[in-house]
Amino acid sequence: MSSHEWPLWEIFVRSRQGLGHKHVGSLHAADAEMAISNARDVYTRRQEGVSIWVVPAAAITASSPDDKDALFDPANDKVYRHPTFYQLPDEVNHM
Amino acid sequence: MSPVEMNLEARFEAYVAEDKKIEPKDWMPDAYRKTLIRQISQHAHSEIVGMLPEGNWITRAPSLKRKAILLAKVQDEAGHGLYLYSACETLGVSRDEVLNDLHSGKAKYSSIFNYPTLNWADIGAVGWLVDGAAIMNQVPLCKCSYGPYARAMVRVCKEESFHQRQGFQIMLTMAEGTPDQKAMAQDALNRWWWPALMMFGPSDADSPHSAQSMKWNIKRFSNDELRQKFVDMTVPQAELLGLTVPDPDLRWNEARGHYDFGPIDWEEFFQVIQGNGPCNKERLDARRTAHERGAWVRDAAAAHAKKSAARRANTSETHAA
Amino acid sequence: MTPEQHFQAILRVGDDALVLGQRLSEWCGHGPVLEEDIALTNIALDLIGQARGAYTRAGSLEGKGRDEDQLAYFRTDREFQNVLLVERPNGHFGDTIVRQMLFDAFSLARLEWLAQQTVDLELAAVAAKAVKEVRYHWSHSSQWVVRLGDGTDESHAKVQQSLEDLWPFTGELFTSDDVDRAAAAAGLFPVLEDLQAPWVDRVKAVLDEAGLNTPENGWMQRGGKQGIHSEHLGYMLAEMQVLPRTYPDATW
Repeated sequence: MSSHEWPLWEIFVRSRQGLGHKHVGSLHAADAEMAISNARDVYTRRQEGVSIWVVPAAAITASSPDDKDALFDPANDKVYRHPTFYQLPDEVNHM
Repeated sequence: MSPVEMNLEARFEAYVAEDKKIEPKDWMPDAYRKTLIRQISQHAHSEIVGMLPEGNWITRAPSLKRKAILLAKVQDEAGHGLYLYSACETLGVSRDEVLNDLHSGKAKYSSIFNYPTLNWADIGAVGWLVDGAAIMNQVPLCKCSYGPYARAMVRVCKEESFHQRQGFQIMLTMAEGTPDQKAMAQDALNRWWWPALMMFGPSDADSPHSAQSMKWNIKRFSNDELRQKFVDMTVPQAELLGLTVPDPDLRWNEARGHYDFGPIDWEEFFQVIQGNGPCNKERLDARRTAHERGAWVRDAAAAHAKKSAARRANTSETHAA
Repeated sequence: MTPEQHFQAILRVGDDALVLGQRLSEWCGHGPVLEEDIALTNIALDLIGQARGAYTRAGSLEGKGRDEDQLAYFRTDREFQNVLLVERPNGHFGDTIVRQMLFDAFSLARLEWLAQQTVDLELAAVAAKAVKEVRYHWSHSSQWVVRLGDGTDESHAKVQQSLEDLWPFTGELFTSDDVDRAAAAAGLFPVLEDLQAPWVDRVKAVLDEAGLNTPENGWMQRGGKQGIHSEHLGYMLAEMQVLPRTYPDATW
């Protein structure tokens, strides 16, 4: 990778007040201001944004797919974390 | 192959068979990665090169509204290229690398963009036929096995239908307009019909990558299936326009439930793919020139970013001291 | 301010936007990097939109049935009243972005005035929308001038030259003629001369940050607002207007 290449940035957009930021894709920019500008031009043309986060792709640490089982499977059999596990009488089921 | 690799490959094949998505850091066969890089980058190149035949009429658009619409459409195409280059980069290749392949002539792009846009109705025909054919190819890709590609395609498809609609609207306005306009519309259809059919690629028997791509859920329908679907959908639209499809062999086949159509000149297709189309040289020259002329700009922005970062580091060091 | 002067004042705003929008459109597919292609096209789109808004208002004011397309496609270059700065050729990216920065700083000030005046409420509405767009244009163009001025030696030299080449076209922005004076007296326009000092401050701040020299004020070119243009506008309009002029009975 040449030193003249612009780094890759991952873009997260909050499309409406009240929602969280969602990953929408990536783009190249030389600096953070340009990344925000570019993200605005590329990912919010159809009124899809109220807030943009830009993160250098290199700053992201991803969990390894090899660890998927160890990281995520144990949650699978702890169903008592989910509200639907608890059977309640109809009168109070809205809880 | 080692037992570990065989295990990984088996798991991969199982995932694909269950229609699950493969994500960037997941293990994948080398051939799968290579095929995707080829397909996604060539798709991206097609979007970028596709900006040129339509961009050709922006400064001559016949009304301010049409100018604005065409600008927005071509801008979308740039955006699509960008989504696709992004998806491609998740496979471990950089945008610069794939652009080098485009500029060197090693990578291909859709043959359709090697044809010239000669009158304003061409802009209508390109939107109606070329985007129409592209949509047909792209909708199945929304379900392709590679996550980033599928997600990019969902974004693309959402934006693409405006492209086809505005193209058809131009054709309708022209076909119902003055005799000169109607003649331009028919002329555009005459020149773009067959190249649009060629967009789906040769019959799968003659297409080297088809079988493997279908096995990996990258490709979901055969070239011939998609082409037939396109003809069936488009012929009634041409009839609505009051225009004649330039195919004397075209007729509805009641028994098949499809339109029969005439033979495609695959020699023309292969010549164009190999670089002998009317605009191949112009298209590549335009892209190479833009890239070369832009080098000093890209270098400057990178240099400035480096200088700014160094200044910020110095300032914080000074404060800390 | 006579109705004719009112009409011409609005036309000037539309013509500046259309000619600059047309120039930026020429970059489509040829930008230095894909992301910037999208950015320039976005700006072009905004400007075309501003032109449409201004022309529609001008046409309805004139009351002769001329709509935005009649005004854009059927006037000769002697009838266009854009400033010379916006018809300068694109040159390289540095020329384009310096032209943009110099114009954006002026346009923002003019639009801010137009948005709050109450002489012409329709025009105020057009301007209010445009102000938001041009704030972004200014941010984009000024950031780029800094990147290029404070980038490499090559980029610095190139944009310094762009500045020297374009500076003689900035005087016209702040030089009133009868139409400008009448519009200012009526409160429709700001007094253009009053915009100059703040503009210089704003531009100089960017140039200082970019490490660029602010050129000396020498002889200033003018004539655009009086319909006396450079040789460039004729070619631009010939290209832009060809279809409606060739097929005058057609609707598109």
